[in-house]
Amino acid sequence: MIAQQFVNGLMLGGVYVMIAVAFTLAIGVLNFLNFSIPGIFMIAGMVSWAALRSGQHWLFAFGLALCASAIVGLAVYLLTYRPSSDSDPEVPLVSSLGFLVLLENLVVLWLGSDQQSFPALIADFNFRAGSIVVGGAQVLSLVLSLSFVVALSLSLRFTNLGRQVRAIAESRRTASMLGVNVGAVVPRVFVLSAVFTGIGGILFAISYLQVSSTMGENIGFKGISAMIIGGMGNIWGAVAGGLLIGLVEILSTQFLGADFVNIGVYGLLLALLVAKPEGLFGKAAAREKL
Amino acid sequence: MSGYQTGLIVLLALNTIAAYGVYLPMAAGQLNLGIAGFMAIGAYAAAYLTNECGWPALAAVGAGGGAAAILAFAVAAPILRTQGIYLSLATFALGQVISAIFLNLEVVGGAAGYPVSMHIGAYLVVAAAAAIVLLVCLVSTTRVTIYFAAVKNDPLVADLLGLNVKALGISALTAGAGIAGVGGGLYAHYFNYIEAQYFGVMLSTYTVLYVLLGGTQSVFGPLIGAAIFTFLPEALRSSSQWRYAIFALFIIIFMALRPQGLITRGLSRRRVQAEAQGGTTAS
Repeated sequence: MIAQQFVNGLMLGGVYVMIAVAFTLAIGVLNFLNFSIPGIFMIAGMVSWAALRSGQHWLFAFGLALCASAIVGLAVYLLTYRPSSDSDPEVPLVSSLGFLVLLENLVVLWLGSDQQSFPALIADFNFRAGSIVVGGAQVLSLVLSLSFVVALSLSLRFTNLGRQVRAIAESRRTASMLGVNVGAVVPRVFVLSAVFTGIGGILFAISYLQVSSTMGENIGFKGISAMIIGGMGNIWGAVAGGLLIGLVEILSTQFLGADFVNIGVYGLLLALLVAKPEGLFGKAAAREKL
Repeated sequence: MSGYQTGLIVLLALNTIAAYGVYLPMAAGQLNLGIAGFMAIGAYAAAYLTNECGWPALAAVGAGGGAAAILAFAVAAPILRTQGIYLSLATFALGQVISAIFLNLEVVGGAAGYPVSMHIGAYLVVAAAAAIVLLVCLVSTTRVTIYFAAVKNDPLVADLLGLNVKALGISALTAGAGIAGVGGGLYAHYFNYIEAQYFGVMLSTYTVLYVLLGGTQSVFGPLIGAAIFTFLPEALRSSSQWRYAIFALFIIIFMALRPQGLITRGLSRRRVQAEAQGGTTAS
């Protein structure tokens, strides 16, 4: 029973991993808590649902959803991050929240506010290991999200763009003096982070078979918690934090009841922030701003 | 005044109170994302006191504010160990935990909500809001504002100049929570019904939006921000479905064009200078 819940928790955590990595990418490189990420998560889920409903092939639907995510990510960069580069640190936070409200209301206008059931793309199959049952779609999305994270981590380490991104994260001024075109790399980070969020939204829709205009809020805030718990700017920390949040959520539902989930998850976040603000795997915070 | 207009003005009063609850900590450099939790404490404490202990409404509302302030004071020391975005997220987590606790507290109705038997009129709510605005204005003429600004701009330098940074931070958080608690108590007794779900994260974030839209540099910023947030969606009501989308677009464009908020210190200083010059030429 415990083992079963443990597995369920890891599967749920897989959903939080992608969104936590997207947050950590924006924070680690740009020092920007991008609140539009829950909206992008929702856009990806809803766009792919709408495309599938109108009879498109799933490859096309998911491609469309990722394009939409990338466009929104770029719009957030142009309208939120770039104009406010020399103002108070809270300002981009506010207008990215504006994006969240805008996206949710546009989707309500377009597709309605009801929760929609997502068609099952993968035939319903389950693995059994002893007494433990594991849903096939959930395993697939966990494996996929972990492999995307591995790919991201490798490309940050070995590609040219990845080196530039790490240089900007280290020091924007030094990077620009050493010839990194900061103005060209930053929008790519926004698009990359948006695409990661979009993949997370699609994987969520595939494994939990439901989408709605508010699907991003709850998961987004849990993703932020996962990022903090793992340590901001640390990709593998975000992965560990996501899995941990999933476990805590399932275990507190199991032992305390569904209404206690928020006490468990956010109580953990609060305790950890007070005890160890830099997170489980992060370096000590020196010059954080919003 | 029609019932609709009265309702709108009460909404403005409640939003203004909440906005000043966010403004005071923000003046000291704390972005509080958990203000809804402190409002929940004020609302539930005041409602419990009038319902079960037979307190008069005003005393209960005051006690609600006191309860929120006491809790903020109790948690301030550990929470203020964190800084910047970590502080915001710690207050966010605290707000979530508080509202989840009320959701599970059967003595105040749990998830079903909590009816409040005693009612207070619109005038009282508006008067309380006006009193709070006056109080914050009064505080803004004292040295405390300058101390807060010093802590906000650079805690280290403020510390070196002999300010007690920790005490200032704790008092800003506590005062903000007390104001928010009073707002929650008034909300409970005006609408006569509270539920824990209302005091969620979106309430906190909207309140922060009022303050940042109005501008944090001037003491009137939160008031203007709350007024815009209360009236603009109503003015857009004719395009009923689109109004929140238009409103969000307005926020984005506004912040891109005027990131420092609507009311800035330079603006009010210019006005004061103009008045002073006008006064000298007239006399």
